[in-house]
Amino acid sequence: MSGRLHSPLARGLLACAAVVVVLGVADAALHNLLAQNPFGAPRPAQAAEPEASGLIGWLLAKQSEFYRQMSATIRAAKSDGSAVWTLLFISFAYGIFHAAGPGHGKAVIASYLVANRETARRGIALSFASALMQSLVAILIVGVSAWVLNATAKTMCKAEGAIEIASYALIALFGLRLVWVKGRTFIRALQAVQPVPAIAGVPHDHHDHGHHHHDAHDHHPHDHSHDHAHAHAHHEHDHVHDEHCGHSHGPTPSELAGPGGWRRGFGAILTVGIRPCSGAILVLVFALAQGLFWAGIAATLLMGLGTAITVAAIAVVAVSAKDIAGRLSAGRDGGGALFMRGIEFGAAALVLLFGAGLLFGYIAAERTTCF
Amino acid sequence: MGMRALFGLLLAVALSLAAGAARAHPHVWITATSQLLYAEDGTITGVRHAWTFDDMFSAYAVQGLESKIKGTYTREELGPLAQTNVESLKEYAYFTFARADGKKERFQEPVDYFLDYKDTVLTLHFTLRLKNPVKPKQLVLEVFDRSFFIDFQMAKDNPVKLVGAPAGCQMKLERPSDGTASAQKLNEQTFMNGENSNFGMMFANKITVDCP
Repeated sequence: MSGRLHSPLARGLLACAAVVVVLGVADAALHNLLAQNPFGAPRPAQAAEPEASGLIGWLLAKQSEFYRQMSATIRAAKSDGSAVWTLLFISFAYGIFHAAGPGHGKAVIASYLVANRETARRGIALSFASALMQSLVAILIVGVSAWVLNATAKTMCKAEGAIEIASYALIALFGLRLVWVKGRTFIRALQAVQPVPAIAGVPHDHHDHGHHHHDAHDHHPHDHSHDHAHAHAHHEHDHVHDEHCGHSHGPTPSELAGPGGWRRGFGAILTVGIRPCSGAILVLVFALAQGLFWAGIAATLLMGLGTAITVAAIAVVAVSAKDIAGRLSAGRDGGGALFMRGIEFGAAALVLLFGAGLLFGYIAAERTTCF
Repeated sequence: MGMRALFGLLLAVALSLAAGAARAHPHVWITATSQLLYAEDGTITGVRHAWTFDDMFSAYAVQGLESKIKGTYTREELGPLAQTNVESLKEYAYFTFARADGKKERFQEPVDYFLDYKDTVLTLHFTLRLKNPVKPKQLVLEVFDRSFFIDFQMAKDNPVKLVGAPAGCQMKLERPSDGTASAQKLNEQTFMNGENSNFGMMFANKITVDCP
């Protein structure tokens, strides 16, 4: 098993890198595409224009409040060291509110968890890892481009824009991969319910379990044909576990602790974490201009921590809801499993739709506005 | 039994997550003053804006710019940035939307634009000329960002000036209320209209000029 851990990871990374490069090249073309969508042009209301509720309005107001206090606090920190504590607190609070409002991270993570029968514990771990990555990417971008290279805002903003499009594409790809895997499982579950000729049934089942297990280890977009080979080679004896999956699929300790345990979620972490939050970039550049880059870094990390807490809470809710659904449906034989596979497939489809929506501008998330 | 309900719940959670992601909050704050420009015969020829950015964005915008004296930027040094600004604004229709007696009016590309840097904040000055000067009974001018990435506030003092307007013209400015109230209002309106209006519209500054 350990032998194959490395090569799919390498291939997955390579594929991601290739995607980023291709997108970099296609950047100009994509920009034109996006330019057709914007805010000024009259576009029918079909473009998911969100309606705001009182709660969301309040969240927005809170976020703005904390965010606006940041610049003054960073300034104050220049002469008064204790203001740094205030800054850290504000950043943390901002992170909590920020994640509750906009941002695609939680949608992707929650859908991923539901699609993949993950545990709440892993959900929390994924939330923290992706938020940490998001913070580090922001620090890296500003650290390298503004601090080391003294690049202009225009350059930075272009880089941000490119990363943004790459991240949307990654979500779509990630969703595509989930849909592919979950769609097959769903179809098998359908076939299991509506009995198919026995000859086709048996090997099918076998294949299914093998595939599943493998899938749980690997979510990088890469060559699928490879999956099957591995699945058969490694997991034919493993499917005993999976006999009851969907009912209670607690991961074995080795799954959680082993390198595969982390690798499994790597796709989700990368997909969510690659795109820095514009707010963090602004705070970092501002802190740099004040000669307090370290305070900006600290603020960014605290923002990430706050974000992680909210996303983790949402992840736990999503996983629990699915567990309850699983328990309720467990009573029905056949139909219950089908129901769960259906939910998983739906969650996978959601990630795909979401990525495609963001990429083609049907969903307006926080779009980097360069000017 | 409760399966359907549960499925519905899951769907609702999923959808609200997706919808939640489609919402932005401002990262840039602009304090604006606007002048409505009139020709001698009382036709409206255009708008001149002065937009002052918040200090965080200002620091971001001048990052990496060369200046002779550290911490100050002359109009010339900021020239290229001003150019980029007005060019980029085109994509967003300059965040300025005019209706003359209910009819949408369009603007030409900005002229007379420059940036100045004072007290650590940038102010962008530019003039938008109407493609077709108009002489309406009522002109409505809205300044806002539909995506609400930018929060526009008209200045407290002298937010709008009518330059050379005929006697008897009345100007009225409606400011956006604070986020909470307007978001609440939007929710109710959305219900009543049965359609989704533009989110950022609730944060619009609406200037109405009625002339006899």
